[in-house]
Amino acid sequence: MIFLQTLLVRSVYAAILLLAVLVLNFSMMHLAPGDVADTIAQANGGADAEVLAAIRAEYGLDQPFLVQLGRYIGNVLQGNLGYSFYYREPVTELIMQRIPATLLLVFSAQILALLIGVFLGVVSAQNPNGMTSHFVTFIALFGYSAPVFWTGILLLIGFSLQFQWFPVAGMRDVTIEGGFFVKTWDVIVHLILPMITLASVFLALYSRLTRATMLEQLRTDYVRTAYAKGVPHRKVVYQHALKNALSPVITLAGLQFSAVISGAVLVEAVFSWPGLGTLAFTSILARDTPTILGILFFSALVVIVGNLLTDLAQKLVDPRIGGKG
Amino acid sequence: MRHIFKGLMTATALASMVATSAHADEPKKGGTLVTVLGSNVRNLNSAVQSGIVTGFPGAQLFASPLRYDENWEPQPYLAETWETSEDGLTVTLNLVKNAKFHDGTPLTSADVAFSVEVIKANHPFKSMFAPVDSVETPDAHTAVLKLSKPHPALMLAMSGQLMSIIPKHIYGDGEITDVKAHPRNNENVVGSGPFKLVEFKNGEHVILERFDDFFIDGRPYLDKIVMRIITDPAARAIAYENGELHMGAFESLPRIINRLKDVDSLTVTADGYGAIGPLDWLAMNTTKGPLADVRVRKAIAYAVDKNFIHKALMQGTASDSTTGIHPDSPFYAAQDGYDLDLEKSAALLDEAGFPVKDGSRMSLTIDFGWPGVKPQVEYVKAALKKVDIDVEVVSSADFPTWAKKMGTGDFDMSWDTVFNWGDPVIGVHRTYDSSNIQKGVWSNTQGYSNARVDELMAMAAVETDDAKRKALYAEFQAIIADEVPVYHTNTLPYHTVYNTDKVGNPPIGIWGTSTPIDMTYLK
Repeated sequence: MIFLQTLLVRSVYAAILLLAVLVLNFSMMHLAPGDVADTIAQANGGADAEVLAAIRAEYGLDQPFLVQLGRYIGNVLQGNLGYSFYYREPVTELIMQRIPATLLLVFSAQILALLIGVFLGVVSAQNPNGMTSHFVTFIALFGYSAPVFWTGILLLIGFSLQFQWFPVAGMRDVTIEGGFFVKTWDVIVHLILPMITLASVFLALYSRLTRATMLEQLRTDYVRTAYAKGVPHRKVVYQHALKNALSPVITLAGLQFSAVISGAVLVEAVFSWPGLGTLAFTSILARDTPTILGILFFSALVVIVGNLLTDLAQKLVDPRIGGKG
Repeated sequence: MRHIFKGLMTATALASMVATSAHADEPKKGGTLVTVLGSNVRNLNSAVQSGIVTGFPGAQLFASPLRYDENWEPQPYLAETWETSEDGLTVTLNLVKNAKFHDGTPLTSADVAFSVEVIKANHPFKSMFAPVDSVETPDAHTAVLKLSKPHPALMLAMSGQLMSIIPKHIYGDGEITDVKAHPRNNENVVGSGPFKLVEFKNGEHVILERFDDFFIDGRPYLDKIVMRIITDPAARAIAYENGELHMGAFESLPRIINRLKDVDSLTVTADGYGAIGPLDWLAMNTTKGPLADVRVRKAIAYAVDKNFIHKALMQGTASDSTTGIHPDSPFYAAQDGYDLDLEKSAALLDEAGFPVKDGSRMSLTIDFGWPGVKPQVEYVKAALKKVDIDVEVVSSADFPTWAKKMGTGDFDMSWDTVFNWGDPVIGVHRTYDSSNIQKGVWSNTQGYSNARVDELMAMAAVETDDAKRKALYAEFQAIIADEVPVYHTNTLPYHTVYNTDKVGNPPIGIWGTSTPIDMTYLK
């Protein structure tokens, strides 16, 4: 019951938030000088003045601001995210085409960052002043402070050029012939470098946080008791302490989800990964308002759902956390 | 000295290599060419969409009446023969009899008439076919273009990606103006070019395959073309180097060009951009402030050292450009440049009534529209400081913001890049024509107005005698070089990169990749 109530309240908040996102973004897009007619002219290598005027009229860009805003909100309420000025395709379709690639990248990077980050955190917490710990700190901070496009290019030079193990760009090699397994393997091979690049940023956060919470847990009474009872070291660390140390890490992972998505924008640009990030990047450059708004709307939705899921995951790990979050 | 010697050695070695390879290799059939597009494609239908990214797939999918050889001479393509009447008002195209669209329907003069109508209504370059009043179709293989005035620019406008013949039975199902949003522009595209569409996934790739019924026997040589979309220039460079890409065009970053030139397996060439004709320049707003005075504009030209731009900023990848016409164009008439002369510059500024007061003569702003040219505007700022002109660099958040400022004359100076697009009538006039002042980006944004220049352009547009036309454009170029509404500094260093051992006969004619690559093959 409490859960349902929470869900309802949350949904109302979410709807208001989404509306605010729409209005705010629309207004900001409108405030910026210039419009999509200029970028269409750019893609064309120039255009006559009458062509520019015709483009503006066609897309209703010559209408007053409030008329445009009202029309847009009205469309969204009817489940229509509009029509991309630039690609001349429905925005929903454009986004839907790109979602699978982005989700694949984001989830695999997030999982990789969590697995390795938590592992490294646990290892370094056991001997906080040892060489391993310092090395982990170094790697983590390096990944965190290096810009992703730089890490990406560096990995490309290393593993696509010097050692030609991985392809440079894209998600699949269209010249490859073969069945399901060949094609899946092809996607995996393409995924590895962008996944590592994106994970490198978040690896630092997770390993540092795990290290801190593990240190705290390892000093607690129940851990001492467990050792006193004669529970083996490995079991104490991984079964007793880690379980309690994980809760804040999962919260962070959930909150970072939006950051992972925004990080994906740059990673996708470097690796020409055909996801939402590339679409966002090109639509912003093209000032393709309906597409940008559609992507922001979708991202807001993902973040809200992500936060909800975080709450649920926390409850699974730590039943002490109540239903009212 | 050693450098020069080394340069000579490489040049001769290269020349002999090119010579031998041209003799030794017979075109081979088959294979998949993997190439690249540097940005997303908005639309594959080149009859309604211009631009270099559409041009490459567009010219493979759709055939045009003419093609051009490397000497700027028109060659038959869809038109076997063509003639222009004595008065220049009638252009007759005799079409090949065996041309078919990819769906098997024969191509006829009705498709030509329809395409002209569509291009006139939708293509952004109105000047291409503006004088074409109507297209008559006396029989299925003869199209007669009736003009309101002689229009020599039509010849180049009938080649490359500029006049794509599209099938009437597919695109003629609605209003003419609706063709630009036709669903068949991006999927199931049907043309009569050497390759047909297999798959287009925006943001990923365009895949084309050989059209077996192509009207030129035995062509194309390639079985398949994969055009991958890779927007990051550094990633593209790595892909050329590790062999993932066989070929690519429109690489313009000097650092990357020079790096790729050092790779043994690659050939990097600036050939193939004469007709597209991309030029870099320093634009000056002649409508307001000190820049309205031609002496101030000349003083700026004298103070900005082209040599520095060529050597330090473009790192030797770009060529000199002195007028609004690309140096590779037959209409180009080189003008004396403004060699660096700070004294002359200062004298001109004194004469124009801008003496040094408190260490400064005047304050100006300089804009730029994309990050790649920031070094140029920073250099202009530093260079003009030497003649006591204070320059403030104005950054625009993105392209549309800058385009808006340019299109409405809200700037003093700006770095700009403008393309010729074949005949001067199409891409050159727009910058200097006083009837096209500040009508959006890449119009006459400088607000330049000179009655003689207008007159020369009007005469050249209708002059059917080639020699006379060149003379008119020579005078035109002399005037604009002298009055510097824009200071012409260099060509944009577009380069084509290809794997020397794999790619035979790469597209490096006047239209580069904006032309059918039916003669390109894999070794």
